[in-house]
Amino acid sequence: MYQYDEIDQKIVDERVAQYRDQVRRYLAGELSEDEFRPLRLQNGLYIQRQAPMLRIAVPYGMLSSRQLHKLGDIAAKYDRSYGHFSTRQNLQLNWPKLEDTPDILAELATVEMHAIQTSGNCIRNITTDQFAGVAPDEIVDPRAMAEIIRQWSTFHPEFALLPRKFKIAVSGTKDDRAVVQMHDIGMEFYIDTNQQLAIKVWVGGGLGRTPILGAVIREHLEWQHALTYCEAIVRVYNLHGRRDNAYKARIKILVKALGIEEFKRQVETEWAHLKDAPNTITEAELARVAKHFEAMPYETKPAQDASFDAAIASNPAFAAWAKRSLHAHKIAGYRAVTLSLKPHGTAPGDASSEQMHLVADLAEQYSFGELRVSHEQNLILADVKLSDLFAVWQKARAHGLATPNIGLLTDIICCPGGDFCSLANAKSIPIAVAIQQQFDNLDYLHDIGDIELNISGCMNACGHHHVGHIGILGVDKDGSEWYQVSIGGKQGNDASLGSVIGPSFSAEEMPSVVQKLIDVYLKERTPEELFIDTARRLGVAPFKAHVYLDKSLAKEGVAV
Amino acid sequence: MSNLIKENAIANDEWTLVNLPASQVEERKQAGKVVLFKLTGEQTVTDEQIAGTVIPTTGKVIVPLSVYVAQKDTLKSRMNAGSAGIWLDTHEALETLISNVDDINNLPIIAVHVERFADGRIFSLGTLLRTRYGFRNELRAFGDVLRDQLFFLKRSGFNSYLIRAGRSAEEALASLNDFTIPYQGAVDEPSPVFKRYNRVV
Repeated sequence: MYQYDEIDQKIVDERVAQYRDQVRRYLAGELSEDEFRPLRLQNGLYIQRQAPMLRIAVPYGMLSSRQLHKLGDIAAKYDRSYGHFSTRQNLQLNWPKLEDTPDILAELATVEMHAIQTSGNCIRNITTDQFAGVAPDEIVDPRAMAEIIRQWSTFHPEFALLPRKFKIAVSGTKDDRAVVQMHDIGMEFYIDTNQQLAIKVWVGGGLGRTPILGAVIREHLEWQHALTYCEAIVRVYNLHGRRDNAYKARIKILVKALGIEEFKRQVETEWAHLKDAPNTITEAELARVAKHFEAMPYETKPAQDASFDAAIASNPAFAAWAKRSLHAHKIAGYRAVTLSLKPHGTAPGDASSEQMHLVADLAEQYSFGELRVSHEQNLILADVKLSDLFAVWQKARAHGLATPNIGLLTDIICCPGGDFCSLANAKSIPIAVAIQQQFDNLDYLHDIGDIELNISGCMNACGHHHVGHIGILGVDKDGSEWYQVSIGGKQGNDASLGSVIGPSFSAEEMPSVVQKLIDVYLKERTPEELFIDTARRLGVAPFKAHVYLDKSLAKEGVAV
Repeated sequence: MSNLIKENAIANDEWTLVNLPASQVEERKQAGKVVLFKLTGEQTVTDEQIAGTVIPTTGKVIVPLSVYVAQKDTLKSRMNAGSAGIWLDTHEALETLISNVDDINNLPIIAVHVERFADGRIFSLGTLLRTRYGFRNELRAFGDVLRDQLFFLKRSGFNSYLIRAGRSAEEALASLNDFTIPYQGAVDEPSPVFKRYNRVV
């Protein structure tokens, strides 16, 4: 993975000094609350319900063992010995003290980490596929370009204070796992007909209050122009995006208001001036950064491993885990492994300090000292030999990291919600936990099969509820917490936004509502259909009818 | 003491900022209309305001763009004599400025007014004035200008900063040098770091 040189290190060190002084001035009363807010946000610091929340950047989800050990130490020293991995592949601390945050950043800087631009109205962490570099279907490893974009966007002076947050995702596969259409800018890297690296550029996607899938602004962009083209897009947005209404300030609103054709015209006009400007990427720079992402020193292994096959045959629990948690690898004899941060009954995405240290050790011992965070809020060991998988499973299982539910109903994407977040309308974690308890039967979960259930505590949609096969959104009605349910959302190339099935429910009703949706699916599915396929084929109606059956009977006064 | 920073030092301000009188028209929001997108929620200057603007007859003045456009025949000689500049708000179009001057470098100073700290349009305006329109003279930021914008303003082509009243310009000076080696090319240093240094793995 990318390693800092003295230039990268200096920038991070200078940021710590700058932020330390900003906190000092705030505590001394030299900066007002309003003046401090944009400064602290650009360093990932929110002031939350109970305590501040600090969001630490994990660029495109890559971590080293050393970094994860440090995160485990920081969580123990400055927080309550756990952290929360977010849908932006970052790590959030829920209980740090404001006064401690400069020291936390100083400690992070010792392992080449920071919290730069993890919040605020600026270009946020660049995200990508958690299987980048190892996926068999990968056309281009997008991580080098993600790092180049990260450096370009770090303290970009022209884009320091945008109308609203700005998210960029990159992918290099046909089968999109980076949800590029959901981003302000999405870049899909591919090899063009001249065998050159090229980019398909999407713009104006995003979830939140007004969910919109991005539109293609350019089918073909030569890779050298990635930065200048982004500059053209962000400049048009910076100058013309709305600043009078935070709910209408994302680039998606501007693109919709102008129409993609007019927006594209303005961007292309701007780019005519910027094309070939000094920020054009050189072959040498791409080669330099790509060197950090070269293939691991893999052993030459056969595609099969007898000890692995024997363990699968003799140990049903291991087999059940392997079925859900292992992913194909481009190198024979290796697998990528997802460690579940979704054990039933705990907050999705949370990891204790002890678990962080364990995963760091597993990565060190079995996966070249590196790991990844997925936007589904799990941890990935990308390069594990077949012959090591049983040992990895045993150690992970002993620490609650081997729930065999990856991709199943209880692998819930969930924001921190009303328990922590001051933006939230409703709690989300207790809903996730109640659903996990309702479906605490692995055979049944496997029978239901692949399904994505996403929960957000408010319309800011950190839990990506719009693209969940089942999406749950916390809403506030007269001061009490209610939950709106949608079905038919999906991430990926054929992304779609879910449709709301009807009036919202109380927290207590939620497990049975999900149960009823599943009942309809199990009754109506054809043998080859997943939940999303049945939902798409039948539409909302049969699901709605079943879920609201009791309610409508109750309303009509019919005894049930 | 002066609250003006010029280049890298505290300087005396020899310019008088000419302000528009307050508008008598009730502010109306023009929500959601595509054509007025840019002006949404922002007041437009009225003819009464322009007519009511008092410009000192002597000394060096920076006049609002809208006033200059209305009175450019009388202001041009002062501009060419180096004693009149123009200021604009962050929501005003640079094209209006460009199309109303013969040569932008006849202007001794352009100032951009930023109403709120969080309004980052000022950075694009500075960048465009320097790179697209080739402006070489004094480029000033004023309004809600605080020390934590200075590094970005400098990199966006500004070389003059009027720190908001009540804040120390002396202390703000330090923030011009918050970072020594920025990654990306910008106005003050067009080359990105990978073209300035031989970075080896």
